[in-house]
Amino acid sequence: MAGWLRTSAAALVCFVALVLLGRVLPNWFVLVATLAFAKGIVALGLVVLMRCGLVSFGQGIFFCTGAYAAGLTIRLLGLDDGVLLTALGGLLALILGLIIAPLLAGYRGIFFATLTLALSMIAYGILDKVSWLGGSDGFNLHAPSFVGYHPATPQDVSYAIFVLTSLATVVAAALCRIHFDSLRGLLSLAARDNEIRVEYLGASVRWVSGMNFAVAALLAGIGGALSALSLGHIDPDFAFWTTSGEFVFLAILSGYASVTAVFVASIIVELVRSYSSQYFPNTWQGALGLFLLLVILFLPQGLGSLLLVRRGKPKSQEVRAESGK
Amino acid sequence: MNLAAAIFLDGLIDASWLFIVAVGLTLVFGVLNILNFAHGSLYALGAYTAASAVGWYYGGNIGPAFLGYFVMLAAALVVAIAIGPLMERGLLRLFYRRDEVVLVLVTYALFLILEDATKLIWGVNPYYAYEPYGLLGDVSLFGLNYVAYDFALVGLALLTGVLLWLGLNRTITGKVILAVIHDREISGAMGVDVNRVFVLAFTFGVFLAALGGAFTAPKISVQPGISIAVILLSFAVVVIGGLGSVEGAAIAALIVGLARSAAIHLMPSAELFIVYLVMALVLALRPEGLFQRTTARKI
Repeated sequence: MAGWLRTSAAALVCFVALVLLGRVLPNWFVLVATLAFAKGIVALGLVVLMRCGLVSFGQGIFFCTGAYAAGLTIRLLGLDDGVLLTALGGLLALILGLIIAPLLAGYRGIFFATLTLALSMIAYGILDKVSWLGGSDGFNLHAPSFVGYHPATPQDVSYAIFVLTSLATVVAAALCRIHFDSLRGLLSLAARDNEIRVEYLGASVRWVSGMNFAVAALLAGIGGALSALSLGHIDPDFAFWTTSGEFVFLAILSGYASVTAVFVASIIVELVRSYSSQYFPNTWQGALGLFLLLVILFLPQGLGSLLLVRRGKPKSQEVRAESGK
Repeated sequence: MNLAAAIFLDGLIDASWLFIVAVGLTLVFGVLNILNFAHGSLYALGAYTAASAVGWYYGGNIGPAFLGYFVMLAAALVVAIAIGPLMERGLLRLFYRRDEVVLVLVTYALFLILEDATKLIWGVNPYYAYEPYGLLGDVSLFGLNYVAYDFALVGLALLTGVLLWLGLNRTITGKVILAVIHDREISGAMGVDVNRVFVLAFTFGVFLAALGGAFTAPKISVQPGISIAVILLSFAVVVIGGLGSVEGAAIAALIVGLARSAAIHLMPSAELFIVYLVMALVLALRPEGLFQRTTARKI
């Protein structure tokens, strides 16, 4: 079976399983999973970037763009269709990404990271001070509708958002998987290994990193809109550096070998966070830090390496590329 | 005229402590290639230790009042000696082969851990170490009244900068450190004990962070959250000045200090993001910061 067919079939099975699971699992877990998936989509975007050797410490700027696009559309225009809002959030973040991409495409390493950080902190500063955007308190959103369906109870709302998030998650994951295995996707790994070689072979590293940046922006926007809908509240913290740092954390934790690992990692982190804030209310940040240290120390390639080894196929293209370094 | 003077003087005072902290960060980056996120926590540790020590010293009437400054200095030294070697040898050493972004995350994890450790030790209530602040009296400049301590801080920053420059450029150890900054592998091949230089430079970086914390402690209320504000500012200073450049850190501290005080006086709501605006502008024009040549390193 062709690779893309198999991936699409797996995605479909995952989606059906998630929709069914969402009915069975307790409500609190559905909420946690929704947020984890929404953040996972953003981290997936970072994984796309990481494949060409770039790490952005400022995905918050696109995350907040998606969230505020959704929120302001509800508040100012009165449109509250969840699907539309998510698409709009992604679209606006993509446009912003395409504007910024040419500026950033020439930067590498720590300079790329710090410049993206600076841009997202400028966004934070603006959101924090402009009163019609809600100022530092942000604003609340009322529950969205879904293509004509108006959920009645809060449980129904959270389930509907969960289904929408799951849909976005599996579509994004499947598309990324197909992209990663394509020639264009593998070019990113080549650029990560040796940019000069790629240029000499006739491909443009600027173009590759610019496109990856735009994809990462789109995914961050979608994740932002979904997070906003799920939380029902938006504030400037969406653009704060801790938020962006969390996405980097997720991306490093999952590694770039596996797409599934991103969402597994995201759920683990969300659970660690909610459990440790419940049981060690004063030291949960430290617990999270310790967890991060242990993962970086003992799982250098992220959780994804674990999944690949277990499946017993270290011959996938990525791993070969990695071991060839 | 008064406004301009106020902006200039406030900026200068702001730049002084910022320089002390940021130059430690830039030194650590230059030598170890680590952008230390936990630098702000080390600043906070210095501030807390100094606040406790000052409280103990003046509370018990232990000695003459002016010796309080030496108590603060000792507090910074204690933090550096207790934390520096432990952190570098015990933890950071394990990650040197990894990507520099991974190292940023490692220090971010350390920052989270130190943040909670500080809360566990000192609690969440603010500490005040006001005694040394008023000790030097007030001064009047351009018709503006300032606490003399603030200008002593400027003096301390100048002294730190000059001593650091002399230490790096006029002593054998300093030249060895510069050699390691320039090329780690060749220095090692020439017989330099690179590990020793790492411990030394990192501990000195910790000392500078703690020193900045200890000497700003009398000006502020020492409480949780100070580390975040400091790390973001010194991060910007270091990036503007060029990672690893001492001169760059000095100029950039001045730029950031002046930009912030101008924003506070003219447009208070822009205080937060003017620093990042400056940083983005500098990076857009000079991707490696203002003083990139001094950081000549191989890739």
